Amino acid sequence: MEHAEILHRCFRCGYCKFPDNYVDLNCPAYLKFRFETYSPGGRMWLLRGLLKGDLQPSARMQEILFSCATCGNCVNHCTMTGFKDLLLEAFTAGKEMLVQAGKLPPPVRDYLTPLLEHGNPFKLPAKKRGAWAAGTAADLYSNQEYLLYIGDVGSYTDRGRAMALSVSELLGRLGVSFGILGAREISDGNDARAMGEKDLFEELARRNLDLFRSAGIQKVITLSPHGFHALKNGYAALGGELQVFHYTQILAKRINKAAFTTPEPPLKVCYHDPCYLGRHNQEYNAARKILFSLPGIQLVEMERHRQNALCCGGGGGNFFTDILGGGADAPARVRVREAAATGAQVLAVACPICANMFEDALKVEGLEDRMHVKDISEVVLERKISS
Amino acid sequence: MESIKAKLAKIVGPDYVSDQPEERYLYAMDPGTMPPRKPDFVVLPENTAQVAAIVRLANMEKIPLVPMGAGLVLSGLTRALKGGIILDMKRMNRILEVNEISRYALVEAGASQGMLQAHLKKHHPGLKHSMPDAPPMATLAGNVLIHGSGHLSHAAGFHSDMLNGLEVVLPSGEIASLGSCAVSPAWFARAPLPDLAGLFLGWAGTTGIVTKLAIKLYPRYKYEDILIFVADKPETVPDILYRITGAQIAEDITAWMTPKPLWAKGFQHINITFAADSKEELIWKRNLLRAAVKPYLESKEAGFMPLPPPMKHRFLQVPASDLARFADIKKGGGFEYVGAIMPVDRFPRAYQEGLNIAERFQAAYSLGARIIGVNHCMMFFYAYAFNRADAADVERAQQALEATNTAVLAMGGIPWKAEEPAQKQILAKMNPQMLGLMNQVRAMLDPNGIMNPGNWEVN
Repeated sequence: MEHAEILHRCFRCGYCKFPDNYVDLNCPAYLKFRFETYSPGGRMWLLRGLLKGDLQPSARMQEILFSCATCGNCVNHCTMTGFKDLLLEAFTAGKEMLVQAGKLPPPVRDYLTPLLEHGNPFKLPAKKRGAWAAGTAADLYSNQEYLLYIGDVGSYTDRGRAMALSVSELLGRLGVSFGILGAREISDGNDARAMGEKDLFEELARRNLDLFRSAGIQKVITLSPHGFHALKNGYAALGGELQVFHYTQILAKRINKAAFTTPEPPLKVCYHDPCYLGRHNQEYNAARKILFSLPGIQLVEMERHRQNALCCGGGGGNFFTDILGGGADAPARVRVREAAATGAQVLAVACPICANMFEDALKVEGLEDRMHVKDISEVVLERKISS
Repeated sequence: MESIKAKLAKIVGPDYVSDQPEERYLYAMDPGTMPPRKPDFVVLPENTAQVAAIVRLANMEKIPLVPMGAGLVLSGLTRALKGGIILDMKRMNRILEVNEISRYALVEAGASQGMLQAHLKKHHPGLKHSMPDAPPMATLAGNVLIHGSGHLSHAAGFHSDMLNGLEVVLPSGEIASLGSCAVSPAWFARAPLPDLAGLFLGWAGTTGIVTKLAIKLYPRYKYEDILIFVADKPETVPDILYRITGAQIAEDITAWMTPKPLWAKGFQHINITFAADSKEELIWKRNLLRAAVKPYLESKEAGFMPLPPPMKHRFLQVPASDLARFADIKKGGGFEYVGAIMPVDRFPRAYQEGLNIAERFQAAYSLGARIIGVNHCMMFFYAYAFNRADAADVERAQQALEATNTAVLAMGGIPWKAEEPAQKQILAKMNPQMLGLMNQVRAMLDPNGIMNPGNWEVN
């Protein structure tokens, strides 16, 4: 197993469970399950036990390892500067070991198998990928400046499609030259990699890179922070030479060019930092810059924000496997309660997975009357943009 | 017949009980050197009623119970020495009340140091509690119950001295309130009643399971500062500490002696933290502290270390994450220490013994002391790092710890939160009547011997 040499170096001090100010538990899996085994330190020691033969790759071990949301809170808050940057890599290597041994929780298998067979985890045909764009001005990619890469969740879930529509419309209104791949789009593989399916990730990455090269694509805007992370970092390691942007980064550069027609009623908004945009790529300002630019918006921060944001619980493939779902301590439910406590009317997101997770959580928490989940682009469009 | 696991699941819910190999493996150990001792079950109770129901079940079934907070004691006190059920108390982490005027906080037993610190900073910025040097996950209850100490211990003593009252589930399953809360809705003091809280302080969970506690809070001043006084003759340190503590200005006074970095080797550094409501008051306090050690300054026998602001900030950080990093100095993930409660006049000998033991066992060490009260005693610590992946190195650290415990007792000190072998050393030296009384108390409270058995036992 890669990074096995760091496992014994974890002291299990527990800083990894917290945000900077220790206000509450910030490791999604530990928050949900509360056994030490589900904490980052517990996972380090269990992996060591597994390698030593003291433990077996049991169903419980599988659940523990695959419950990691890869949110990166542990990396941010671990005190051990000598190896903290390798924590998530070690957890992913542990999952890879189980994948190679065929020891997977059924929901993980149910994600990976259709991804391998259908190119997406929803078992839906590729031709439906671009269905969200029917009747819109979004053209197929043909030498425009940017490719708008939508990804699995943006293409195949209702909430994701609505977000894709909104982002596409706003980019168009702001004069961004972009095209989409529609049915030719291939899964970015980010969550497959997070689940330890390195070979599948590399296969998807190569196919995507070949497709981008053959189409002459050099600049990519992604809808999802997960795709952003994969294309920007994972693909670069495989020879990709793309310029990759999350859509909020493009909007942040262009938003000052937008004119808003009328004074708008005040709207209190709090913003949830997606893990793959924030902690993984240190992009905390783009979405805030957009919100600050809008008339009538009052941005309020949740107690845990930026590098301290609590993950929605959908990362690391957990959106698909739902290992972290259920119960009052499910991260998404805790997070929407925290958002509601700010008094905000809108919980703004920049990730289709977060959007799905939080909309479900709002319903379960009975907070739908007090708060709505909106993508950043939806917030902008509702401000009566005139250009 | 219904299994124990099924009965536990009925009490806490199926998601919060485990007899799986993974939980049994991990909860068998803490980060120190003590060998693993596996529990049969791990349960996560959510409230006092559930704890009481678990205790009643354990009594009926004669199953050992081991209460656990964050499991950070390092001396293995939360290992299940005779199997049984570990109660991980951290789901009970609510902060129930902060009485600002009477300066106390009422919390559940699984509430962490970090969460109370954050809560007070946000909702009661004029108050703070005494934080130990443990990581923020450490529980308030755990630290109070082991007679911990912390950043206000010069001003206010052991953390057990800061205890106002307890709710405790007795080994019978009955729930007792101790302190003012026994007769009043307020948790303001242990006086003037018979002080039964002592039946649960320092007993390592062998007399009951604490489920709530109230602790004293103290003013959080607007300005804080630190001075570091440096000496190179350990025999001068008790007098220096006597003078500094006599000023009664500081909140916390700690000494540290370490071979690395090289500039620190051979010196005794005394950190003195103090705080004030205004800059003028802070300067006045600083001057009083300087005046307290004037003879040493004039003779140039010792002096204050210049501190650049970033270094000052690091020393004032509470909790100090730097401390946990001691575990990684050998890239081995482990350290354990003997914290010896002893009179301050033993400092020179304690220091020399530390150097001798470290040399004898070739141990990577760090020595230090926290002053409790106005020089009333100190917690002198001998910390040894070890490589968890190297069995011989772990054994070497164990031997160094054992030798340190022996030396501490010979000096007239007492190992704090003593691990199982150290408990036996203490009991061997203990006044027989006290030992007899301890055994009588335990037999009366816990006739079935289910409470963390193996601790405070001769055999």
